[in-house]
Amino acid sequence: MSSPTAESVTQVGSGDRGSAAPVLEVEGLRVFYGNIEAVKGVSIKVHPGEIVTLIGSNGAGKTTTLRAISGLNAPRHGTITFEGKSIGGRPGHEIVKLGIAQSPEGRKIFGRMSVQENLELGAFQRTDKDGIKDDVARVFDLFPRLKERINQRAGTMSGGEQQMLAMGRALMARPKLLMLDEPSMGLAPVLVDLIFETVKEVNAQGTTILMVEQNALAALDVARYAYVLESGKIKLEGPAAALATNDEVRKAYLGEG
Amino acid sequence: MRQVTGKGLAAVGLLVAVAVWLVWNFSESPAAFLRVSIIGLQNGALYALIALGYTLVYGIIELINFAHGDLFMLGSLFGMFLLAQSGQDASNPATWLLLIGIIAATMVFCGTLNMTIERVAYRPLRNAPKLAPLITAIGMSFILQNIGLIWNGPGQVSVPVVLPNEVLFTIGGVGINSIPLIIVGVTIPLLLLLTWIVRSTKPGKAMRATAQDADGARLMGINVNRTIAFTFALGGLMAGAAGVLYAQAVSTTRWDQGFQLGLISFTAAVLGGIGNLRGAVLGAVLIGFIQALNEGLPHGAGAQWSQSLVFSILILILVFKPEGLLGEQTPEKV
Ligand SMILES: Nc1ncnc2c1ncn2[C@@H]1O[C@H](COP(=O)(O)OP(=O)(O)OP(=O)(O)O)[C@@H](O)[C@H]1O
Ligand SMILES: [Mg+2]
Repeated sequence: MSSPTAESVTQVGSGDRGSAAPVLEVEGLRVFYGNIEAVKGVSIKVHPGEIVTLIGSNGAGKTTTLRAISGLNAPRHGTITFEGKSIGGRPGHEIVKLGIAQSPEGRKIFGRMSVQENLELGAFQRTDKDGIKDDVARVFDLFPRLKERINQRAGTMSGGEQQMLAMGRALMARPKLLMLDEPSMGLAPVLVDLIFETVKEVNAQGTTILMVEQNALAALDVARYAYVLESGKIKLEGPAAALATNDEVRKAYLGEG
Repeated sequence: MRQVTGKGLAAVGLLVAVAVWLVWNFSESPAAFLRVSIIGLQNGALYALIALGYTLVYGIIELINFAHGDLFMLGSLFGMFLLAQSGQDASNPATWLLLIGIIAATMVFCGTLNMTIERVAYRPLRNAPKLAPLITAIGMSFILQNIGLIWNGPGQVSVPVVLPNEVLFTIGGVGINSIPLIIVGVTIPLLLLLTWIVRSTKPGKAMRATAQDADGARLMGINVNRTIAFTFALGGLMAGAAGVLYAQAVSTTRWDQGFQLGLISFTAAVLGGIGNLRGAVLGAVLIGFIQALNEGLPHGAGAQWSQSLVFSILILILVFKPEGLLGEQTPEKV
């Protein structure tokens, strides 16, 4: 087994994230599509209560990393540990059961089902009927727009509404770790603000969040810690505030230069 | 404003021609029309039970399960084997109770067999190019036919009919026989049960979610492999019921009966819109009717044209409405 060569990750700012053990730890993750290596030895940590963001340009391997964590793609090398349990290569439904939910790239909502049915599917593993009802109400509190469209076929909703649904649906699993893949993708600026506000609110209510974003500025604004992925490798990492003022980041991802 | 296209005109012309033909036959001999319609309904019910297996499986993994007709054939053989073992014949009035037991046992047999086929032959190819499972399904069809051939012999085999076969009542000089009514009477609750399972139960919701987006379903915590197995089981259950009822309707079994019935039922599924449950039932009933009308009406092409007729329908539907009567024009998955 070849292990990836010593990574050259540039630490920006302090790497100290408190004494609590990470809830998610990805170590030397490598993922392939056929012969193409999309993720080339990625190591990230998410500590309890944090919002961590993974930024990077198109094709960097952000989505693939999240898919591997969710059990949609099998890692070829490396380990994924969640709450001390090794979860790398386990099937997706087991990972949901352990407490990781994802609002995926492309949303993957069930277009021929109603908003209500989509939300209920988000709670597929749960059996506590009352709790599910409460959580539907909670999602409607977060996104009143969804409540107006409760019986609408999800596929006929606007992109923004679908994004809200994808996020609400992921919350329905009552995850310990919520992963969001480009939640602001393709949305009007007002909606982008709403989504990031909601991310903060959900986090404040106690959910740990790992968020992939192209909108680096907004992501660094809400996140505590950040990783910059480039061509399948982590290039930079550090507290979000430190990365936001880093010259390299500003040039490459914040459109300055 | 709707655009009048050549295709649209041709379709309207075709429908008008069919309507004229129906009215002509009906006005000439209403009695024959009624008699033939009942046969059509019976066959439509049987086709529907089989067509559902095609449409369920296609809906969830986009596989045309060529072995499905042969599964139905094995259902006939298994059910009639049980019947022979029981030593009962039509003279015993309690036999219909026995038959219910046989239908149930055959449903379980075919459901289990279909699940096993999926596990052994299709699941290992889940991530292979689509052609691979398709070819495997054809191979599986041959395997099942050969099992039938060894089990049942190369010819047509007569089986005892224990369904009560009597004229129940007479309408306009046409005796209404009990067998078609029983077949329809067994089929309808099965269809309702299936609809309920798919629409309202948790495994049914998992099926619909998986059919729409398998990765999305995984992210909901749905065990996709188990859901696919469940789908094959449901299709098998329906095929098993069809197997017993069909053998009783025609009082014979044959190792290759699944080929023809399978093709007709597959056509029915495509006609209704493959992947759509109500569509499969609608398509099956339509084809059952068309076939029976063609074979039994005074002015029809006759039985020798039935196959050609069914496949002409398949071709026409693929040309005029490839998504089927009730299917949706959904863009290909990206
Ligand atoms: N199904 C696939 N088959 C083959 N290659 C793939 C597949 N999915 C992704 N890739 C490749 O893997 C690499 C990483 O893709 P990934 O989707 O993880 O990037 P990303 O960082 O999420 O990009 P984006 O910001 O555009 O969403 C890319 O080079 C992509 O072309
Ligand atoms: Mg992506």
